[in-house]
Formats: sequence, C-alpha cells, structure tokens
Amino acid sequence: MNPRTLRAAALAATLATSAGVTSAATIGFVAPLSGPQALVGQDQVDGFMLAVEQLGGKLGGQPATVLKEDDQLKPEIGQQIVRKLIDKDKVDAIVGLSFSNVLMGSLPRLAESGVVAIATNAGPSPIAGAQCKANVFSMAWQNDGAAEAMGKYAQDRGLKRVYLMAPNYQAGKDMLAGFKRHYKGQVVDEVYTQINQPDYSAEIAQLQAAAPDAVFVFYPGGMGINFVKQMSQAGLMGKLPLYSVFTVDGTTLPSLREAAAGAVSGAMYDASLDNPENRKFVAAFEARFKRTPSLYAAAGYDAANMLDLALRKAGGDASKLAAAVKAAGSEFKAVRGPFQFGRNNMPVQNYYAFGTARDGSKVVTKLIGTPLAAHADSYAAQCNLP
Amino acid sequence: MSLTLLLAQLLNGLQYGVLLFLLAAGLTLVFGIMSFVNLAHGSLYMLGAYAGALAYAATGSFVIAVAAAMAAALAIGLLLEVTIVSRLYRRDHLDHVLATFGLVMFFNELVRIVWGPQPLFVQVPEALSGTVQVFGFGYPAYRFAILAVGLLVAAGSYWLIHKTRVGMLIRAGAQNPQLVGALGVNIGLLNALLFGVGAMLAGLAGAMAGPLLSVQSGMGEPVLITTLVVIVIGGIGSVSGALYAALLVGVVDTLGRVLLPLLLRQVAERSVADAAGPALASMLVYLLMALVLALRPQGLFPARRV
Repeated sequence: MNPRTLRAAALAATLATSAGVTSAATIGFVAPLSGPQALVGQDQVDGFMLAVEQLGGKLGGQPATVLKEDDQLKPEIGQQIVRKLIDKDKVDAIVGLSFSNVLMGSLPRLAESGVVAIATNAGPSPIAGAQCKANVFSMAWQNDGAAEAMGKYAQDRGLKRVYLMAPNYQAGKDMLAGFKRHYKGQVVDEVYTQINQPDYSAEIAQLQAAAPDAVFVFYPGGMGINFVKQMSQAGLMGKLPLYSVFTVDGTTLPSLREAAAGAVSGAMYDASLDNPENRKFVAAFEARFKRTPSLYAAAGYDAANMLDLALRKAGGDASKLAAAVKAAGSEFKAVRGPFQFGRNNMPVQNYYAFGTARDGSKVVTKLIGTPLAAHADSYAAQCNLP
Repeated sequence: MSLTLLLAQLLNGLQYGVLLFLLAAGLTLVFGIMSFVNLAHGSLYMLGAYAGALAYAATGSFVIAVAAAMAAALAIGLLLEVTIVSRLYRRDHLDHVLATFGLVMFFNELVRIVWGPQPLFVQVPEALSGTVQVFGFGYPAYRFAILAVGLLVAAGSYWLIHKTRVGMLIRAGAQNPQLVGALGVNIGLLNALLFGVGAMLAGLAGAMAGPLLSVQSGMGEPVLITTLVVIVIGGIGSVSGALYAALLVGVVDTLGRVLLPLLLRQVAERSVADAAGPALASMLVYLLMALVLALRPQGLFPARRV
C-alpha cells in the first residue's frame, strides 16, 4: 500500500469512527502507475483523490476507501485486478480502468458482475457500439471524439491538404479515421510509425518535402515529446500548423514548453477552460500537487464528483447505482463544461480546440474554438441499451 | 523521391548511427573483453540524460551539462563495476543477464521515485537551436553537433586503442584476456577502467540525446536493443566494427522507414502497404542482423582473435 492510499484510508477510518458510521464506500481505482504511461495514471488518481479530499474523505456522504491498483498497462493484469476488486474487496464501483486494451480485457467480468465501472481514460468503439453495457461508463471520451474535432476544425478553417501521422497500432488508426470523418479535403499522406519510436528525423524530412497546409498527429506520451521537439528543431513549428490529439497536453507541455508554441490540440478539457468549477479545480490542484492538471486529472476529478452524487441518489442500494450514475452525469457540475451520458453510456460533451502560444517567457494554452459541441459519437446507434 | 530528399535522409541515418555508436562503443568492449553482457548499459544512458538535464537546468550551460553527465555516468559505472559487475565476470551469461536486468528495473524505478513519471524538460542550447540549409533543406544545427561529437569520439577511441599503451592492452585483452593477465597486467583494473569509460560514453550519448528525446524513466531500453544489434553486426569487441555497424544500422533503419512503405505502395494495395510498411521497416535491422549471423557469425568487422 503506498503512502497516499494509507493516508486516504486512515482519513476515512478516523472519519468513520468519529461520526460513528458503520457503512462506507469502497472504490477500486485501476490505472497504469508504473512504466512510461505512469504519469497519465497518476494524474487520474490525483484528480480523483483531490475531489475525495474536498468532499471530506467521503463519497455519497459515506467515508470512502479508495484501493489503488497498478495495471502496468497489461490487459491480463488489469483483468486479475478487476476480478480481485469485485470478488475479494467487494467494491461499490471501479474507476479508472486504464487504456482501451485493458478496459476491453476486463469487460466480460465487469458486465457479468454488474458492478458499476467508470472509465477515466478510454471509450473504445466496441463499448460505444454493439458491446455497450448498462453498468460500464466512460467519464473521459469516446476515443474518436478529439480527433473528429480536429478534423472538423481543419475543415472549418478551409484547409485543403493535410498530412496525417500516428503510431502503427489500433488507436493510431482509429485517430486518423476519426480525423477523416469530418475532414473532406485532400489527405496528402498517411504515415504510420513504429510504436515508441524515439527519432522522427526521417519522417519529418518527408513531411517537410510534402509541404502540406497542416499536419495532424496522434503521438501520446513520450512519443509526442520526441516528435514535437524534433519538429521544432527542424524549424517547422510556426511555419507548418501542427494539429494534434493527446500529444500536446497537460502531461507533456511541461517537458515541451517553447517547442510546442503554435500547436493546436483537440480535447474535451484543458486547464485554461473558463468556468467557475474549473477555476476552483485548477487552483486546488496546483496548490496540492504543484503542477497544472491535465485532461486525465480532470477526468478523475469529474468521476469522483459524479460518483459522489450518484451514490447519494442510489442511497446504498447497489442495484440502483448504474441508473443513478446515468442520471448524475447530466446533473453534476463537470469542470469540462456541459456533460451527460449518451444512450451508450459514453460522454455527450464538447470537444474543443486549444492553441498553445508564447506569453512572455511562459507558454500558455487558450481556447480557440469549439468544433464539436454536445457531441455524441457515431457508434451509439449500434448500442441496444434503452 | 527527389535526390536532395534522399541525401537529407542519408544525413539523418548517419546522425542516428553516430548516436548508436556512442552507446555501442562501450558495450562492445565490455562484451568483447570481459565477456560480460551488460543490459544495464541503457540505464547508464538514461542516468546520463538525467544528470545532463538536471545540470543544464541548474547551470544553464550545455557544456557543463555534458561534462556532468559524463562524470556522473563514469562514477556510477565504476561503482557498479566494483560492487556488482566484477563479482559476476566468472559466472555465465545467464547470471549476467539476470543481474543486469535487475539493475535496469532498479534504475527505472529509482528514477521514477526520485524525479517522478513526468519527463524532464531539456532545451536545445541557444547557439545550436537554428537550422542549417543543406540540399535546400532546413537541417537542425543540433543534429550536426551530434554528428561532430560522435565522429570526435570515434577518432578519439581510434587514437586510444591504436596509439596508446592502454589501447594495446585493450586490444590484447580482446584477443586473449587470460594471457594478458598471465603477463602481469592488472586485468581487474583494466576491466574497471573499460567499464567506466563505456559508462561515460553512454552518459555522453544520454546527454546529447536529451534535447532531442523525452528524458524519462525507461528511455534506455529501446535504444539498448538496437545497440545490441549494432555490436552483433559489427563484431563483438571491435570498436571500429561498432562504428561501421552503427552507421550501417542508422542508415538502413532510416531509409527503410522512408522507402519501404513507398516501395510497397507500388506493388500492393494502399491500405495493405500502409500497415505492412512500418512493420517491415521495424524488422529490417533485425533481418540484417540475422543475415549477418547466418553468413558471418563473427560479425562484419570483428576484432581479430588469435
């Protein structure tokens, strides 16, 4: 048990004894907490725990115990953890659920158990479509959403020739397909690179030679840092517009700084969003963790606040929790702005375009458009939930 | 594809090769002379990158950062040699792999615990932040600096190995370590020195890669695998072999990534070519290694053994 879990548990325990309450909310949190994507997992956990702290260590008015588990980004480990949380720990809900591949691996057990699952980092198309489940929700996004927004944004800007790049795996292909859904101009080239490729000099030279109107990329985590740094060193940033998803975000910007100036990102959240809930969240997060919250942290924070309301609504009846979550989705105040769950339990939300620019010695992000407002994904029609 | 683009890609390949050489030089000597398989070489590269990034942030001088990275990697390399590695020389390769793989996990977690999962920020030094026009292309000045440093190290190691007494002992050690020991040379000291120098070069590679790549826990492993391919192709124990093989691997990998998808599009459906191209390109250096192992198992440029 890591120190933070211990602290949360201790906090919960003291609150429970002082108030003389016997019932408690037990939440399992599954996220990648080691390896290259640990930052993404940690942000979700930190966002979630911040909300729990603000709620006085309680969820739904009951002392909350959060069991944090590291899935190591491996579906088989995620599956074991989910099994353990359901069978042994008898959790009330499971939050996080890591990347799409881990979530998909755990889906059969989740569906069978009926335990409420709230994904804060994935919304794969099968779960958005034919395999949708009444108890499985995404508090993050449907995977295509941000890329669709960038495609729409490029279309609205009247771009004629766009160059597309992504790592050669399923999510990379999905992102490029998502971009092309609303973009109707010419795709100059579609380049797939190796996963975790460190050096992009060859691809950047090809890109430079193709001279498109803009380039759209999906390079999550370290890949994005490498790509953007190298594009900046080749003197292309500022000259060749860079549109991206999950590449220039709250987790990578501190390592990129000036190199990312000029980039446009599609996302459902950025710390610069201007609404009262978000201002409060960003201030609290920065005070607590000494860094700017990313979209992953926001998804964790929203999940905790939504779950708090849902647990109140269900009133301790586990069989009512899924319906309560669905209702709570449209009632609680999300830091990302308008939110509700669609028929397939995927978010219906805004997907924004954020610009990155120099401001004196700092690099700041700001909202530059809302290409897709209250956007529902294109898979919902295949879902047979009521 | 135009000729100028091809030349620019060739330059990219050479630059990648030079970076690989910095890692391969140390690894091949340790492997060749001490017959020691050091999977933790990638960790030394990572620690060099961290030391460089931290020193750069603290002092603002890239030269000091590089020096600090080399010093840190040298110190950690020597410490590892004395405490762990020197105890393992007489064990078999499986023990080497187990122990150094353990070190890889140890260092990755250590770095994550101390500096967190957030990659560090490393800027390109101001003087090298521009681009240089070559073949009508804007080529990053910093990549020329890497080329220069790599070639300087290659020249330096050539001098060290072929023109100095230590180099003579290193060459002798690569051919017949027992005999060198029997002649009264302190082979233990020579081993520690070599391991330290190899670590220092890994640290240099890490510091030089910092402004290009994401400095984070686990950054050493992908590059270590390619480095192992380089030393197998070059011939284990041969520094000049490591240089030629590194350049070869750099160029093959870079041109493969660029040309293979284009070539496949000529013969196959676009969607098939787009999926198969990158997959085949990523296999190319391993195919090259397999070919070398089949035809010349001692490597292309082996250290001569008696």
